[in-house]
Order: sequence, then C-alpha cells, then structure tokens
Amino acid sequence: MSEPTAVAVVAGPRCWGLLAEFESVDTLLAAAERVRDAGFVKFDAFAPFPIHGLDEAMGIRTSRLPLVVLGGGVTGACAGLLLQWWTNAFDYRYLVSGKPYFGLPVAIPVTFELTVLLAAIGAFVGLVVANRLPELYHPVLHNAAFQARATTDGFFVAVEAGDPRFDVARTRSFLEGLGAVRVDELEDD
Amino acid sequence: MNQVGEILSEQRHLGTLGDRLWRRAALVGVAALVASVALAAATPGGWHRFFFAYLVAFAYVLSLALGSLYFVILHHLTNAGWSVVVRRIAEAFAGAFPFFAVLALPLLAGVRELYPWANGTAGHLTHGKAVYLSVPFFVARWVVYLAVWAVVARFFVGKSIEQDASGEPLLSVRMKRASPPAMLALAATLTFAAFDMLMSLDPGWTSTIFGVYYFAGGAVAVYALLPVSAFLLQRAGLLRGSVTVEHYHDLGKLLFGFVIFWAYIAFSQLMLQWYANIPEETHWFVARESHGWGWVGLILIFGNFLLPFLVLLSRSPKRRPAVLAAVAGWLLVMHLVDLYWLVMPAASPSDAVPHLVDVTVFIGLVGLFVASAAFVVRGRSLVPERDPRLAESLSFENA
Repeated sequence: MSEPTAVAVVAGPRCWGLLAEFESVDTLLAAAERVRDAGFVKFDAFAPFPIHGLDEAMGIRTSRLPLVVLGGGVTGACAGLLLQWWTNAFDYRYLVSGKPYFGLPVAIPVTFELTVLLAAIGAFVGLVVANRLPELYHPVLHNAAFQARATTDGFFVAVEAGDPRFDVARTRSFLEGLGAVRVDELEDD
Repeated sequence: MNQVGEILSEQRHLGTLGDRLWRRAALVGVAALVASVALAAATPGGWHRFFFAYLVAFAYVLSLALGSLYFVILHHLTNAGWSVVVRRIAEAFAGAFPFFAVLALPLLAGVRELYPWANGTAGHLTHGKAVYLSVPFFVARWVVYLAVWAVVARFFVGKSIEQDASGEPLLSVRMKRASPPAMLALAATLTFAAFDMLMSLDPGWTSTIFGVYYFAGGAVAVYALLPVSAFLLQRAGLLRGSVTVEHYHDLGKLLFGFVIFWAYIAFSQLMLQWYANIPEETHWFVARESHGWGWVGLILIFGNFLLPFLVLLSRSPKRRPAVLAAVAGWLLVMHLVDLYWLVMPAASPSDAVPHLVDVTVFIGLVGLFVASAAFVVRGRSLVPERDPRLAESLSFENA
C-alpha cells in the first residue's frame, strides 16, 4: 500500500469555470446564443429579472416536468378508485342506505382529490429535484462582480469547467470575444 | 422583428368581406327559418317540435352572446392587457344583443307549447311557484333581461368603438369602473334566464346550480368561439400580424380550464341528487338516461370533457392554431349537444334522434347571429386600434 502523496494533500482550489459579465439584455441574449452554438452544454445565464427568449437562446429543451405531473395524477386517480373499491366493495362490504357497494359518482370526489394531490406533489418534488434544490452553495456566489450586480443590473454567463469543450485560455478569449466586459475564473473549494 | 412589419401591413378591416358576410349570413338565416316554418306547418304536431328546436337554438346563440359579453366585461374587470387584440371579436358577438329582442319573440309566442306551467299540465308540486311561473311575469322578466343585456353590451361595445376614433384613454377607465356592476348584473340575469328558459321546462325539478351550468357552457363556447373566429379571419387574410400564437395559447388555456369547470359543475349537479336519491329530483336524470338519451349523455361526458381534456392537456396543441381551432369547433358542436340534451327530453322523451326542423332552425339562428355580429363590425377595425394597452397585447408572450 502506498503512502498518500503530497500532491493530493496540497491540491489547491480547482477551477470550476469562467464567469463572464455583460452589460445589457441584448448582449446577454446574443452571447447565450453563441455559447450554445459553440457546443457548450454545461453553462448557465444569470439576470436580475426574467428575460423572454433566454431559454431559446440557451438551447434549453422543453421541460419534462409535465410527464412527472401526469404520472402523479394518473397514480392518484388509480389509487383513489382502487382504495374505494377495495374498502367498500371487496374487503369489507357494507350496505349503506341501499347505495351500490361501489358507485362511481360517489367515488369521484376522493378520486379527484387524490389525482390533484399526487399531481401537485409530483410537480413540487419534480421541480425541486430538477432544479437540484436545495443548493446552499454555488461557486458564483464568491465572485465580487456577481455579488455587486447580479440582483441589480449585471448580466452573467457562467461556463463550467466540467463541459467537454472547456479550456481555460480558449474559453476565456471566446467569452471576451462575445463582448463580455469582464471574465473571471471561478474556483471550487 | 418581422412582427412589426406584419402588424403595420396587415389587414384589420373586414371591408367588402364584411358586407358580403352579413348579407349572406342573414340570407341563409332567413331562408333556413322560412324553411323551418314551412316544415312546422306541413307536419302534424310540427309546431310543437318547432318551438322546442327554436328553444335549443335560441339558448345556443344566447349563450354565445352572453359568453362574449362576459369576456368583454371580464377584460375590463381584471384590467387585462393580453386580450386587447381579440376583444373586438367578442365585442362583435356581444354587439348582437339589441337584436335578441327580435330573436326572443318566437320564444315568448311559443310559451304555451314549451312550458307545462303555462299550459296547465304541471303537477300539484308547482302550485307554490304559480306566481313566479306565470306568463305575464315570465314575459316581464324577459323584457328586463333583454334590456339589461342590450344596455350593457351597447355601453361596452359603443365606448370601445368610440375609442377607435378619439383615442381617449379615459374611455378605458370608464369601462373599467362600469365593469363590476355590469358583471353582477350579468350574473343575476343569466342565472334567472337559465332558470326561466331551460329549468322551468320541468317545473317540478330544481337545481340551484343550474344557472352556473348554463354559464359554464357559455364560457366554454366563447373560449372556443374566439380561437375559431380568429383562425378563420386569419385564413381570410385578416389580423395576420396582431393575433399571434401567444394569444391562441392563452385562449387555449382558458378553454381547457372551462372544459374542466363545465364537467365540475355538471358533476356537482348530478352527484347531490344521485346521492339523495329522491324521486322528485332524480326523475330529471332518469328522463335523460333512458330511451336513447343516455347515449347523448355519454357523448357529452366523452366529447365535451374527456376527449378535449386529454387533447388540450399538453402545451403544443394550444400553440398550434389549426389544432386549437379544430378542438374549439368540436366543442362548439358539443355545446349544441349539451343544450339538446337539456331541452329535448321534455319534447320527445322516447326518441333522441334529431328532426330536420332542429337542424334548419339551428342554421337559421346561427346565420342571423353571425350576420348581426358581422353587421356590428362592418367598416370597423377588428382590433381596438387606440386602446391604451394595445402595445402590451401585441407584444404579449407566455412566460
């Protein structure tokens, strides 16, 4: 068994990626399109307010969350019907004021509520998981420019080092060529 | 963006098409009504069926007009921005209201054919309602309903058209201020009109939610009517730039929501009476479940709820104008089936198959309704040109 090497012990902060700042919505949108067209997939854009068209500019696919919601809803509907049929008409048959053991009209409210409940839980949990929440730390939060302007008038694009096309020097000059007012290296520690 | 160029160059006036449209629709309508009268006179018992067919068709076009008026008032009530570009289409259909005073005359003429309480065949259960369900009071109520609708519609349509010329933003403020009382008046008159027109066909039966049921049908109908109209107008080369996929998408969302609302109300009406299981309430549903009427009810459950629900559930059909217009057109047909199912069992409890006169009367009233709507907007822009929020509507995008 080998001893731990010194290199592993003193490994400093790794490069997480590059953060480019832009001055306006238009330059941000144009930059996002160029980053997308250059083939980057691991990148994100930050703006102080929602921007129409940013999803398309970044090449974000249509959300698959509706499928999770649909799955939740269908599960709820089936569970509601099965629950009422099982308890009222199969496992413990009990005649109530001459009604059928299993009457569809009276089973609808519970089925409806369970459909909505499980669809809503699917939407909530699906959204949390898809957004990788809770995320208590993000490398951009250490950047001084980001801290100063991300919620007021700064527009940022962050390209992650984990992207297969990432190369510190070349990506930096690429981002500067898109009209970024500054490009900072982000560290992950 | 090329949308700006399209908005500047698009055609917004019906022009000669407007004149042709209202004249032809009026011609078709009158011809179909004349044919219906001939059919009624030629067949034994024909007048009985004629009046019931007229009631179905009248309730249909009335619900479209009421739905359009509701859309216009709701636009001002919520201070909406997105719907400015489609509001004029709704205003055109709501603008038909003064004409309903004429369309209602055959209904009042046929009151003794239609309603058991008017011809003495109602049972003892209705004695307590004799004051309310009497011909003079019935006629008086209809005069009030028609007057309220005509006044409200004239106000909102008139002010909107006035703004096209003057561009006065205060007109928008005045319409906004008038919208809450107008909406309350619409809710009250619509509810009682539904009671009088449709529920009193069976004077022994009551459902307090019935007015909401009629409203739900009308709301589905207007959210179907608007995309269909916009689609047809765009096919004819109008409104190419100002009405976009985003507006179709929002109308589709509202259509989807009100399809569910209709089913929710219909089910609420059924379930309480099903569960209570009292003969004086359940007989209304029994009549609509037997002798073939149950099939009509099933068509409604699937055709007016489950099928459109599944189609409109996802995003892409609502963003394809042709698909949305097809679903909306289907729902407009289903709305007719709904009213047929509400009314016709009172006339022919043992036969659900439509008669020829049902079709001709329907064509007649729809023809006259379309003609009066086209008459309202002939020579005018199909978009409220100088509405202060027009720019917001033109650049509207779904988030």
